[in-house]
Amino acid sequence: MSKVRVLVGTRKGAFILTSDGKREKWDVSGPHFAGWEIYHLKGSSVDPNRLYASQTSGWFGQVIQRSSDGGKTWETPGGEAVPQPGSMPAGASNKFVYDVSSSTGKPLTTHQWYDGTQHPWEFKRVWHLEPSLTDADTVYAGVEDAALFRSTDGAASWQEVSGLRGHGTGPHWQPGAGGMCLHTIVLDPSDPQRMFIAISAAGAFRTDDGGNTWKPINRGLKSQYIPDPNAEVGHCVHRIAMHRERPGVLYMQKHWDVMRSDNAGDLWQEVSGNLPTDFGFVIDVHAHEPETIYVVPIKSDSEHFPIDGKLRVYRSRSGGNEWEPLTRGLPQSDCYVNVLRDAMAVDSLDSCGIYFGTTGGQVYGSSDAGDTWAPIVRDLPAVLSVEVQTIR
Amino acid sequence: MIQVILPAHLRTLAHVDGEVAVDVEGPATLRSVLDALEARYPMLRGTIRDHVTHQRRPFLRFFVCQEDWSHEPPDAPLPDSIVRGKEPFMIIGAIAGG
Repeated sequence: MSKVRVLVGTRKGAFILTSDGKREKWDVSGPHFAGWEIYHLKGSSVDPNRLYASQTSGWFGQVIQRSSDGGKTWETPGGEAVPQPGSMPAGASNKFVYDVSSSTGKPLTTHQWYDGTQHPWEFKRVWHLEPSLTDADTVYAGVEDAALFRSTDGAASWQEVSGLRGHGTGPHWQPGAGGMCLHTIVLDPSDPQRMFIAISAAGAFRTDDGGNTWKPINRGLKSQYIPDPNAEVGHCVHRIAMHRERPGVLYMQKHWDVMRSDNAGDLWQEVSGNLPTDFGFVIDVHAHEPETIYVVPIKSDSEHFPIDGKLRVYRSRSGGNEWEPLTRGLPQSDCYVNVLRDAMAVDSLDSCGIYFGTTGGQVYGSSDAGDTWAPIVRDLPAVLSVEVQTIR
Repeated sequence: MIQVILPAHLRTLAHVDGEVAVDVEGPATLRSVLDALEARYPMLRGTIRDHVTHQRRPFLRFFVCQEDWSHEPPDAPLPDSIVRGKEPFMIIGAIAGG
């Protein structure tokens, strides 16, 4: 029988929620890495028992954890004790060093700081881990300050995909309120050379050659809060989602505006339609219906909570513009939580499951594509990320 | 053997319960103790000092015989009581929050 595993990253540890295909009764394990911020954890589609987790701390920096048994046990790749005194270990799973070598790298330029001055690039943390679609040992990391790294040895060591940071627009990138982070990595299942990433606040970028070269894909985005609302870069993209059977169609939740592209990001059009507010963080696509998408509208960029204290997921069955509120089972009064950009995911069971986590520590699930909801857990630390594995 | 006291989160990361002990070849200094510690417990690399610059992470402090050695030169010799294991070398996380 199918099983669902929900991977939850929080401000104070990771939790793993498991259920059978009915998704009625849940087993909760955790906290894993108690006390640490877990920005993201995600499983490999090649080997579902292979999980990667980004564990961070203001005191101790970045740690990368890896599991080979579905989260029962964890290891820091390359962190094994060295048998010979004096010799140093080969692995460096938390070593993220920007590539400035003359042969493969790019000069470490500066980027815009909050006050408009230029600021040096500094590694702070890993926001997002994206396992390869074809190899369980290959995984991408989106980091702050914004850059893309790749590991081909199961996260034991990392190399920057420096063509992105160094392609030329870097000095115009600037941090959003949460830092200058590369938070979204979308791999194209039909073309291993193509991937999409998004940076706050620089925008969306695409490579068609496996990461060697990149181009901004922000045409059609309009951001009234930047000097040139139609600029090539500088947009605060919050999240991009794709349906794996239609990889040329992308959906985006921007700071304000819900957007859609039918040509792999070459041009975007707004599909906010009748949403009560088009500010938000998450966006995702139904597992079997490429035109069915979900967002959680948030009141504004200065009031990060739902309108009128009513937590509502909005669903469009037409790829945008026409939206319906989904409220059954969600609190409809006095709810003032936020849903962060990596905190929504879908399973791929016949009746598609939708999941999201809140800054109030709730993880909600729907086993009927959003028609009805129920809390899986109510009292976790603030949720930073939610991922789902459908295990058959 | 030099006794090292780690913050609780780093003990968990290193899979140890209490103090750890490391052997240092040559003069015992901040640098050589941390080198030995990271060689014995590689998962701690990058969590106490930067991978590349070897700068101490800002919210950690080093205490030696009740004195703050956080700003001492990395190659300054540690006191004899540390070298002989009578006093521990302490790595302490700053108290922060509110």
